[in-house]
Amino acid sequence: MTTGGQKREVFALAALFVAIAAVTVIGFAHDWKPPVASEEGARVDSLIRYLLFATGAVLVIGAAALVAFLWRYGRGLPSPAPRSDPRLERWWSLVPVLGMAVIAEVGVLVKGLPVWKRVYGAPPPGALVVEVNAQQFEWWVRYPGPDGVFGRRDPHLVDATANPLGLVPEDPAGRDDVVVRNALHLPAGRPVHVRLRSRDVLHSFSIPEFRVKQDVVPGMITAITFVPSRAGSYQIACAELCGLGHYRMGARVIVHPAEEFDTWLEGQNGALQ
Amino acid sequence: MSAEAVHAESFIRRYLFSTDHKTIGKQYLLTAFFMGLFAVGWSILIRIQLAWPHANLPLLSRLFPGLYQDGVLLPERYLSLVTMHGTVMVFFVISFALVSGFGNFIIPLHIGARDMAYPVLNMLSYWTAVPACILMIASFFVPDGAAAAGWTAYPPLSALPQAVPGSGWGQTLWLLGMALFIASFTMGSLNFVTTILNLRTKGMSMFRMPLTVWTLFISSVLGILAFPALTAAAIMLLLDRHGGTSFFLPSGLVVGGQVLEHSGGTPLLFQHLFWFLGHPEVYILVLPAIGIAFDVVAVFGRRPVFGYRTSIWALLVIGVLSMIVWGHHMFTSGMNPYLGEYFSVATVAITVPFAVLGMNLIASLWRAEIRLHPAMLFALAMIAAIGLGGLGGLWLGTASSDMYLHDSYFVVGHFHFMIGVVTAFGIFAGTYYWFPKMFGRMIDQRLGKIHFWATSVGVFFAFIAMHFLGLGGVLRRTYDPTAYEYTASVTWLNLPISIALFLAAAAQVVFLVNFFWSMFRGQKAEANPWEAATLEWTTPSPAPHLNWRELPSVFRGPYEYRTDGRAAGYRSQVVPDEPPAEVRA
Ligand code: HEM
Ligand SMILES: [Cu+2]
Ligand SMILES: [Cu+2]
Repeated sequence: MTTGGQKREVFALAALFVAIAAVTVIGFAHDWKPPVASEEGARVDSLIRYLLFATGAVLVIGAAALVAFLWRYGRGLPSPAPRSDPRLERWWSLVPVLGMAVIAEVGVLVKGLPVWKRVYGAPPPGALVVEVNAQQFEWWVRYPGPDGVFGRRDPHLVDATANPLGLVPEDPAGRDDVVVRNALHLPAGRPVHVRLRSRDVLHSFSIPEFRVKQDVVPGMITAITFVPSRAGSYQIACAELCGLGHYRMGARVIVHPAEEFDTWLEGQNGALQ
Repeated sequence: MSAEAVHAESFIRRYLFSTDHKTIGKQYLLTAFFMGLFAVGWSILIRIQLAWPHANLPLLSRLFPGLYQDGVLLPERYLSLVTMHGTVMVFFVISFALVSGFGNFIIPLHIGARDMAYPVLNMLSYWTAVPACILMIASFFVPDGAAAAGWTAYPPLSALPQAVPGSGWGQTLWLLGMALFIASFTMGSLNFVTTILNLRTKGMSMFRMPLTVWTLFISSVLGILAFPALTAAAIMLLLDRHGGTSFFLPSGLVVGGQVLEHSGGTPLLFQHLFWFLGHPEVYILVLPAIGIAFDVVAVFGRRPVFGYRTSIWALLVIGVLSMIVWGHHMFTSGMNPYLGEYFSVATVAITVPFAVLGMNLIASLWRAEIRLHPAMLFALAMIAAIGLGGLGGLWLGTASSDMYLHDSYFVVGHFHFMIGVVTAFGIFAGTYYWFPKMFGRMIDQRLGKIHFWATSVGVFFAFIAMHFLGLGGVLRRTYDPTAYEYTASVTWLNLPISIALFLAAAAQVVFLVNFFWSMFRGQKAEANPWEAATLEWTTPSPAPHLNWRELPSVFRGPYEYRTDGRAAGYRSQVVPDEPPAEVRA
């Protein structure tokens, strides 16, 4: 029944499955991620490592079974008659049910939940609060200034050059607010609570080196908390489609050693001073 | 009424405004191929841009003056290409071919019915889909170009014409086209569900139906439940655009230097409505492909499906879960983090029934006698794609890792395995398998195998590599993937990915040539060329109008292969049980 042609094809198909598994495993073994630079990011990386091993094992087992069956039952050797035994099949289904349930929920609840809590839980006391404003296609960063309070804003006062955030001049809290375009200065080792606002469309605030990402939604304030762990220069990249300039809506992130950051901030002028 | 008398109809009644489920199925399939030409073509332009983002391309500029200027693709047109590629592939290629195409063709033949429950509604469904296609294609030719807010059409981008060029007439046509599509798809789904519930022939109990019918049944129920949410979203978005309402638009928007009058809405509402449909929709598409894989593996593996019943339960669990996990597309959207964590727990639970299906497919090869027909090749390779897509889904369903991977090429790789490779391989497996029944001729196997190998090598490499790009932090929907320095060490992958996909695209030319050549010139097919046990193979090829002279009665399940130990041995569903020994004596 089975021809030499089929034997060759079984070999080729087995090779395809082996190649798929190999490219996947070898490829994922390489670390493609940019070097991590936040405490939360280190935990995300640990979660990703867990997922890599767990799903990698499932993939390899599945591929091995597929190749073995193909090899044994694809080359025309006489094979025993199949059996259809619903009871046995029910028992077998316990293997994927229990296996996947454990792998999946351990990832979410044991490895994932603590990170989630750090990023979305209440910010620890003493966290630096920063407001990051997204608009087509740039980022405006605002610090509350020495008084620690952000001044009020009014969209009707927005002026592209003189008052890009629409600060209300009558509000004393806003006088000392520090506003910076396309650069986010942060201290290393201190929790940062970022409040995100957009004035036009959806954007997404992502810093790949920190492994964090949070959409910026007009009409509401979204927020995340993280701790930059290394001084250095990183990038904000807009991750949510926001128009034709989306692909170049980036900004610098400069993480200073803690004391240097304080000096930097003190050296900035209030936006309305 | 004899079959010949019915055949004496005019060309128009027979091929154009036909109410015959088989003709309508073929119409959908061919329409899907036609729309596929556009969608694949657009993706080639996308891949050229990503592989050579800084190249000057005078030839393309001359060919597509609306998209290119001075040899450079315009960023806003790039977004139109991405948007329309996604939309047309999901709704007008995969839905059309897998669900409407094979669903229409095979459901009555599989369950022993003469036609769908509502043949006229069925015809109406197709002829509502046609103008939807026309609107989508036409939207490239309106001022400001086709919709550019992504296939997800998130407002405010999609609501405000001044926010992005494609948000003009293009977006309006997109919404109208989608509305027509939904109307058409709903008519089809209602028909499928009614037909499966009411028109099964004598002896065809639910638990004797082939798994393809089960998957189409579950997909149709999901469609009926989920699509109304998108209808609502599309109507509200149209009103926000043209009626001055603010369902999705908050106050204080400043666009183009002007404060807008809108107030009181939220963009998040749209996202919930969209994904309430969008998530089930992707399962609507993947399930029939998996059903076809089971049927094909049984026939060309010459053995009963492993775990027929556990597969049905797994499918039902997937159906239920798929309605309550939509929020995993919104982990970073700003919704409440507690809600996000719930969605995460529920989402990763879906990998459990998927793993059952995967194991059952693999175990269906145990003690098989494998025949490597092209249909079987595609079905087997599909198993690998289900594994890669499902396991990648776990990375994304875990909210804390999705925070890094969301909106990156990791997601693009994931969903192309599922909604691209699995579904396309389902379409191909189904085409190679049912071609004789559809057209009465055999489709060429050698060309089919060339098609398989070129396609597989291309897509597996490309979509696995996209995961690496995503891990490297490359974001989706970016016109110039080199714009950020932190991705500098990984973006070289874009070139090999593009080349792999050009290979896969070229393979589809082989497929189309084979398809149309075999349709007219292929060897004539017998009634049951694959020695298959299900009902469609008990009637001549091509199946005549009204399917059978006399409706068959069913006596057994769909997969009784080689139960006597011989490779060719099988018992068709219409073979009665042998009378018990005492009676014979
Ligand atoms: C094993 C089960 C699966 C899990 C756990 C899963 C999980 C996910 C998650 C969490 C996302 C959102 C990722 C993000 O945007 O950050 C996603 C995206 C997606 N998934 Fe899956 N998925 C699974 C199976 C499937 C299947 C079977 C299909 C389709 C046939 C599919 C199609 C898609 C599509 C189209 C998207 C992207 C939509 C977009 O943003 O454009 N997935 N998946
Ligand atoms: Cu953006
Ligand atoms: Cu989903």
